[in-house]
Amino acid sequence: MAARASEFRVLAPTAILGYGFPASSFLRGMRRRPHLIGVDAGSTDPGPYYLGAGTSFTNRAAVKRDLRFMLVHGVRSGIPVVIGSAGGAGARPHVRWCRGIIEEIAAEENLAFTLGVVYADMPRKVVAAAMRRGAVTPLPCVPPLTEAALDASARIVAQMGVEPLCAALEAGCQVILCGRCYDPAVFAAPAIRAGFDRGLALHMGKILECAAIAATPGSGADCVLGVLRRDSFVLESLNPRRRFTRASTAAHTLYEKSDPYHLPGPGGVLNLEDCAFRELSGGRVEVRGSRFEPAPDYRVKLEGARKIGYRTISIAGVRDPVMIGAIDEILDGVRAQVEAILGADKIAGRVTFHVYGRDGVMGAREPRRRRPAHELGIVIDAVAPTAADSEAICGVTRSTLLHYGYPGRIATAGNLAFPFSPSDAKMGAAYEFSVYHLMPVEDQRIFRREIRAIGGRRGGRP
Amino acid sequence: MRRTLPQVAKVIRSKNAGPFELTLDIIFKTPGDFRLFRRRRIITARRIAALYGVAEADVLGIVYFEPCDAIKITLRRWVPSGSPGDSDIYGAQQHAPLLGITF
Repeated sequence: MAARASEFRVLAPTAILGYGFPASSFLRGMRRRPHLIGVDAGSTDPGPYYLGAGTSFTNRAAVKRDLRFMLVHGVRSGIPVVIGSAGGAGARPHVRWCRGIIEEIAAEENLAFTLGVVYADMPRKVVAAAMRRGAVTPLPCVPPLTEAALDASARIVAQMGVEPLCAALEAGCQVILCGRCYDPAVFAAPAIRAGFDRGLALHMGKILECAAIAATPGSGADCVLGVLRRDSFVLESLNPRRRFTRASTAAHTLYEKSDPYHLPGPGGVLNLEDCAFRELSGGRVEVRGSRFEPAPDYRVKLEGARKIGYRTISIAGVRDPVMIGAIDEILDGVRAQVEAILGADKIAGRVTFHVYGRDGVMGAREPRRRRPAHELGIVIDAVAPTAADSEAICGVTRSTLLHYGYPGRIATAGNLAFPFSPSDAKMGAAYEFSVYHLMPVEDQRIFRREIRAIGGRRGGRP
Repeated sequence: MRRTLPQVAKVIRSKNAGPFELTLDIIFKTPGDFRLFRRRRIITARRIAALYGVAEADVLGIVYFEPCDAIKITLRRWVPSGSPGDSDIYGAQQHAPLLGITF
């Protein structure tokens, strides 16, 4: 369509699908006649639970609200709608969850379109074979992958690059729902397929995936437009209250990255050493000089999570100054008593005390931990191989701490102020990241695809 | 007269760079102070290691980013995001020790 077009306009409605956006900003974006509506739905930031458990960290009603805008306007305007990292973690259950929402909206709005679903799940045996060849390499600070870690992983996904998305567009898909996906690929793939420069397209995608977070005042819940040209791209806010500045755009390049000049992704590195940011009129910023450097071998990032057991927590406050003054000794004493009880009953597990007001946020890294506040919030965090054991550990720790006799104690009725009854909360299964490695991909068809015709009447409601 | 980092920086923040690394950003108000910090090497791996009570080898990199007058420091996370014992899943509240830097 746009092989010879001079620009490629991308509407990025929100930083994460489900974070919302003002309708007025979205409609202002549609009036600019975009070639694509793209949204990133995922992140590893909420931690390993969501990948492991197969649930979304965003709310279903909020996701449906955002998607309804995107699908109704995208499908009726005949432009592609691309969703990356469905359901947050982008594994099969997350993709199915999001597909269900898309089908519901299509039925309610009487929309018809071709849906391409691209899965990011990596079969364990594929990863195991690559590992045995020595082809799976850990990212910094990650231990080498082992058979045990692989076997224990509930799910493994790979971040797909632009290639599977381009193939889905090639196959005629109008709405593309992706599993775990390199965030910029959502925005870059349709532009690259239309003949635009890969480095510029990916860098624009890198900024658009966070939508208005890179504008000022920043927001994760507002729309922006990216205009990709042959040798530059321009960012503009779709809300007159915000604008892009050189500083806001460049600062975003730092975000969540260890090296802002070299951003590795599937198949290569985005090199920003010669990148220049220039402010234009109307709160816009123009970016030039971003380069994509293909890697000798095409590698993707694997993410996996394994279940480590179950967690039960209890939250309580402490206001007594004598107790606060001796809190380290008291918690050590409680821990020793609890370990003796659990050891006798052969209950395995571990307790962590998160002590807010002392070092709850930074733990042992807290430089001021010797100067606690006048009140402390204690979270008893019990993790054990079974749910029953985690409940037992939390319960015995809570009751031991409640009645623990310490030197100089004058408040002899109880050591803890509980804000809730019940005092203990079952947190369900607990996970940890077990895979965070690179793996070469030779055949992009490892990202399995299904194509579905959605809706009956072609083109939807008039 | 000695000045503090918050006097010359408009952004001082921390965040995960993936689940196994923590990255600290300092964005200066003026290019002048950014260049002063770069020239005088006020931020060193040794200083960061001392502030955070970690080994110097766990300070993985210090990068000067000219386009927005920023210094980026990347540390090994002491506990991976979400593993037992972690206290900040997003790594978004680990910047406070930087606020006390004077120069």
